[in-house]
Amino acid sequence: MSTDRTLRPPAQRPRVNRRSRQWESTLAFWVFVGPLLLGLLAFTVLPLVWSFLISLSDARVSLNVGKWVGIENYVSLFNDRGFLDSLRTIGLFTLCIVPLTFACGLTLALLVDASKRGKAFFRSVFFLPTAVSYVVASLVWRMGLFNGLYFGLANRLLVALGLDPIQWTFDSPWVWVVIVTVRLWLQLGFTMLLFIAGLNEIPRTLYEAARIDGAEGGWSTFRFITFPLLRNTSVFVLFTSVVGAVQAFDEFYNILGSGAGGSSTAGVLGARPPMWYLYEAAFGSQDYGRAAAGSFILAALILLFTLLQARVFGLGRETD
Amino acid sequence: MTVTSRPPFRVRDVLRTFALLLLAALFLLPFLLVLRNAFATDAQITAPQTLVFPFPPHVENIPDLLSNDRVNILTGLRNSTVIAVLQTFFTILFSSMAGYGLARVPFRGRDVVFAVIIATMMIPGAALFVPQYVLVAKLGWVNTLQGIVVPGLFSAFNCFMFRQFYLDFPKELEEAGRVDGLSWLGIFRFLALPNSRGIITALGLLTFIGSWNAFLWPLVIGQDASLWTVQVGISTLLTAQTVKLSQLFLASLFAILPLVVIFLVGQRWIAEGVKMSGSKG
Repeated sequence: MSTDRTLRPPAQRPRVNRRSRQWESTLAFWVFVGPLLLGLLAFTVLPLVWSFLISLSDARVSLNVGKWVGIENYVSLFNDRGFLDSLRTIGLFTLCIVPLTFACGLTLALLVDASKRGKAFFRSVFFLPTAVSYVVASLVWRMGLFNGLYFGLANRLLVALGLDPIQWTFDSPWVWVVIVTVRLWLQLGFTMLLFIAGLNEIPRTLYEAARIDGAEGGWSTFRFITFPLLRNTSVFVLFTSVVGAVQAFDEFYNILGSGAGGSSTAGVLGARPPMWYLYEAAFGSQDYGRAAAGSFILAALILLFTLLQARVFGLGRETD
Repeated sequence: MTVTSRPPFRVRDVLRTFALLLLAALFLLPFLLVLRNAFATDAQITAPQTLVFPFPPHVENIPDLLSNDRVNILTGLRNSTVIAVLQTFFTILFSSMAGYGLARVPFRGRDVVFAVIIATMMIPGAALFVPQYVLVAKLGWVNTLQGIVVPGLFSAFNCFMFRQFYLDFPKELEEAGRVDGLSWLGIFRFLALPNSRGIITALGLLTFIGSWNAFLWPLVIGQDASLWTVQVGISTLLTAQTVKLSQLFLASLFAILPLVVIFLVGQRWIAEGVKMSGSKG
């Protein structure tokens, strides 16, 4: 950057005017950004600091800081089988749901993108579940599709095929089918749309060039052109689906729970997931110190994964 | 010229269409199940013979549900509507203003402010739900409408999207506004906002859907039955298992119908919003 300063016309406005304009834009800046910034400071930063202090306190049935216990809350969590098992449960869940979402989302995108007829129709149908909440989807899965009684749709199918009905939500490993497919149904449309957008950004000329070079189409084109050029989309999909899965709560609570204070059938999974564990710690046993410590551990794990992913894939940014 | 065009693979096309139709049926099955069960009797749902659809549909299920005190579906729908509308309006207002300021208004500390806002975007929701509860409880906002609504009004993500959008906003328009004597606020209000309808609709719809479907936060804060959103209400009925099957499914139909309608009408913008978050995020 070498602009020739001597060629610039001299400043024409008087100094005072420029200074008042500067003041005016500073004021405008704060009017624009102030509400959001204050809100974020008050409802994100402040609670984080406060609850970090609480995580270092004995805060049973109290929201006050002061009875310092050091890292005792953290230590007790790492000695608690329930918490460790909850991490194992969510790890297993993430390992199931993330590759499935990725592979099925990409397949759907390729199928829809390549179809010659009804492209918009198929896109809408696969995207429609995005409008449904986890609560309602859990209800449909628990009471309708995977009802453990004979009239659940999956069981009707099994019986029609001459097989025994399954007590889906009470039976491991079948319960995993229920809990994984509900999230899959809800988030596949979103993933598919992201991949379709990524596909549309690949220049057509690349495929033409490959064809002239004698590529057979199909698998080799996908392997050497499509998939590498979807890298940014792939990284984004992986990132969002992992972060979403680790924080899963709604479907576990609604498929396996039996209401506030009631027992749950989460035992079939090995343990309830961490978010449910924290929910119980905070609102069941009112031990806010331990709940706060747990949420920091969970956040640290998510952050660790994020950094790891950024390390492996770069920052997911394309420099063209 | 004919070298580059391939002969059509008719078999492959037919197979693909067949697979897509099969998948589409599978994706629609849960919706059909809701419709069927909502208008059937429990005896029909649990009958040994599989029922495809009840003819005639039992529409009397609707007044039955509305008059059932234990379900309170209308209160839930009202609460969800109020919360989603408030959250959508203010989230979009605050984040578009901040996005515009960060993109356009010159200020020396702008990059620092932007960095702070982006940093809060990195904090996962799991880290926030206990801390935010602690704060809301200290404010005495548990079991209040503002306790549910206010913490969700500040979206760093939406702000980021608006900033990216306004970075590409034509400078000429702003300069024309200046010449006409508009202040920064005037330029934003009369030139920038009216020219951002696309992104406002896209992010607004995504925010509305997220707010309507939210569960954990309203469950924690709106403990009193008068504050239950439609999601919390349905979850309570589902986990306690005290209500008839057909009523559960009819309540679900009420919960998803508004969004499905919004979805079919605003699909173009929603898809645009998803694409934007994918390419910019």
